[in-house]
Amino acid sequence: MTELATRPAAPARQGALAGLRVVEMGFAAAGPLVGKYLANFGAEVIRLESRLAADVFRTTYPPFKDGIVEPDHAGMFAFYNDGKRSATVNLKHPKGVALARALIDRADVFVESFTPGTVARLGLGAEVLRAEHPELIVLSSCNQGQTGPHAFHPGYGSQLSALAGFVQLLGEPDSTPVLLYGPYIDYVAVGYGAIAVLAALERRSRTGLGCTIDLSQYEAGLQFLTPSILEFAADGRIPGRAGNTDLVATPHGVYRCAGDDRWVALSVWTDDEWRAFREVTGIDGPATASARRRARAQLDERISAWTATRERDDVVALLRARGLRVAPVLSISELFSDPQLAHRGMWPAVTHPTIGAMHVMAPPFRLSSTPSLQERPGPTLGADNDHVFGEILGLSPDERRTLDRDGVFQ
Amino acid sequence: MSGRILADLGADVVKVEPPGGEADRLQPPFIGDIENADRSIRWLAANVNKRGITCDLGSPDGRGLFARLAAKARIVIESAPPGRLRELGLEDALRGAIVVSVTPYGQDGPLAGVPGSDLEVTAASGSLWLAGEEGRPPVRTAQPQSPYWSGMYGALGALVALRAAEPQRVDVSAQAAMTTVHPPAPVWWDIAGEEHGRTGPFLLGRSNVGSRFRNLWACADGFVSFAIQGGPIGRHTGRMLAEWMAERGSVPAVIAAIDWDRFDNTRLEQPEVDALESAIEPFLRLLTKAEFYAGVVKRKMLGYPVGDARDSLADPQLRARDFWRSLSPADGLPPLPFPGGFALFDGERPAVRRPAPRVGEHNAEIYSELGIGTAELSRLRAAGTV
Repeated sequence: MTELATRPAAPARQGALAGLRVVEMGFAAAGPLVGKYLANFGAEVIRLESRLAADVFRTTYPPFKDGIVEPDHAGMFAFYNDGKRSATVNLKHPKGVALARALIDRADVFVESFTPGTVARLGLGAEVLRAEHPELIVLSSCNQGQTGPHAFHPGYGSQLSALAGFVQLLGEPDSTPVLLYGPYIDYVAVGYGAIAVLAALERRSRTGLGCTIDLSQYEAGLQFLTPSILEFAADGRIPGRAGNTDLVATPHGVYRCAGDDRWVALSVWTDDEWRAFREVTGIDGPATASARRRARAQLDERISAWTATRERDDVVALLRARGLRVAPVLSISELFSDPQLAHRGMWPAVTHPTIGAMHVMAPPFRLSSTPSLQERPGPTLGADNDHVFGEILGLSPDERRTLDRDGVFQ
Repeated sequence: MSGRILADLGADVVKVEPPGGEADRLQPPFIGDIENADRSIRWLAANVNKRGITCDLGSPDGRGLFARLAAKARIVIESAPPGRLRELGLEDALRGAIVVSVTPYGQDGPLAGVPGSDLEVTAASGSLWLAGEEGRPPVRTAQPQSPYWSGMYGALGALVALRAAEPQRVDVSAQAAMTTVHPPAPVWWDIAGEEHGRTGPFLLGRSNVGSRFRNLWACADGFVSFAIQGGPIGRHTGRMLAEWMAERGSVPAVIAAIDWDRFDNTRLEQPEVDALESAIEPFLRLLTKAEFYAGVVKRKMLGYPVGDARDSLADPQLRARDFWRSLSPADGLPPLPFPGGFALFDGERPAVRRPAPRVGEHNAEIYSELGIGTAELSRLRAAGTV
């Protein structure tokens, strides 16, 4: 739908999604990270935002570089919006809405993650947009979907992860549940959101028709819990917390090593693996899996005693040399120096205009001939106004000055 | 799981298993606790909407069959150890397809080929480090999550690759997949040099002065998720909580003293947070999960009960959106509620169309589509190839 003349210039290395234009409006993670993945593979992703109601990742959620609580010092925004452009538009001004509309009319995909009904009230609902551009793909991502009795109930990812049942599955059986640290379910919805957009593009390439996608972050998350739901429905058991135990493998656990807060994770799945484990550690125990499961507590004690005096990385090297399953429990800082993640380029280094040297996150899948391109962190607020309103929408400098004076670019 | 997602979207996904079925068919738990290749709950969950054939890749005939099938495929998904496809001499046969490879650590690098289950890749991703009680061992989610994350990213990678001019390899690492699931922890390290760790029921990373906020609370019949928050909705939530407390008796002095219009949780020191939370704890303890949920919905407050499988199946929101799809998972078994498609496309939810295949269920159908006649199929069966 976009005129060829206004397409982004082809980069030296073409991403798989080069030539695709995405306009995005929304807050925090669940909507915007969809655009991040599309941008990483070469799509032109334009984030429309406002100085009057900036993303909570720019205004509220720490960390901020040097503790300066300003939109362009916000770590979360810079880290998870890499490769995008930013244009500011005041959606409380009718001319701002008209500019947003004009930009979306020149895009292939529109992603929004506001409360249901918000974009429709602005005149930017999917029905209106697609009446003139049936080939447009609109992804609306929100907590519990666009319809239903809880559609307008506010919420955020950390708590939605609790509602969906993830939290209930994490912790020691004799203790209270614990958090999955952050808004876990948001990132499930991000993956499914990007999948939905690309599937709709695939269909459009055959039919010419776009799509209106209603993604409930709650429903996306429940996909990951399918076995728990089936188990309850089939057998009436509600799966709950199980510490680190497994239904098959014993031993299967996380054991404390020498030093401060150092842990190793290991599991033994077959009788052959058990023999190798016993030989290399000298830890005694039953030869059969069912007997090992019965002796789980004693085995865990013996293994803990054995690891407690050893360095974590020595335990890992020793067991891996025998082909056994073992891994260090890496801390977050260690992720940035882990040789395997480094080999995969997990943390591309970038320079941010106000934050300075920082990293961004690579997609966890690598494409052999059109790899992800990650050269820019999340944009500063309005960094691409000239490009978006001048080059793409063709507004003259005079027109832009007038609009700016009227507060349209706030 | 990559194949499951593509199948949900309407792709014709053919599962290729060794004669007799793949080992994962025997992972517990089983429907009715009966160990059987058609009753593994985790296997069934991952394989609905697919067709299935058997093919012995250990034999030259089997590899020939696989090559003919792969020649007709746009996408081939595999999870063999790195290098295995080359050893089998299958690389040439796969040149025309997008090959999605899902392994614990990826196709190359120092850990390529190192074995790992859900526990180890989760440990190596930082996710375990962040889950559990302070001072106690890190814990993993009781229902393995890394297969789901890896599968989701495999499907995403395949769909990105479909937009490129030439077929290519999509290399998914389960370790890397699990590294994406725990923001904001990497940002705290990268931007602020702060290492986050396990905090049990508390949320970190919402404060500018290092305070932590309780997010999980005991209630009358379980737990609820609730927190002291800032921002417009957080302040509204606090204001409504005070009103709710007043309706049910009295408002503790520390809550009554707050001017919610100016409340900023990011500046509260830990002792102030602790005092507020001590005042809230007895109030929540008297509510059931259902009372709590009805109360927060009525007042448009942030908060949810901590749900489980039974709560999900009873949830009126999911019912109103026609989320559940009833399907008998295997011959002779009663229907079970499967989660329906993950999104609505033009108002339609992708269907759960067919149960997971029995071992070799579609051999005749699919081999016939490849132009293999019944006589040849009988020969392949007799030879144990199929």
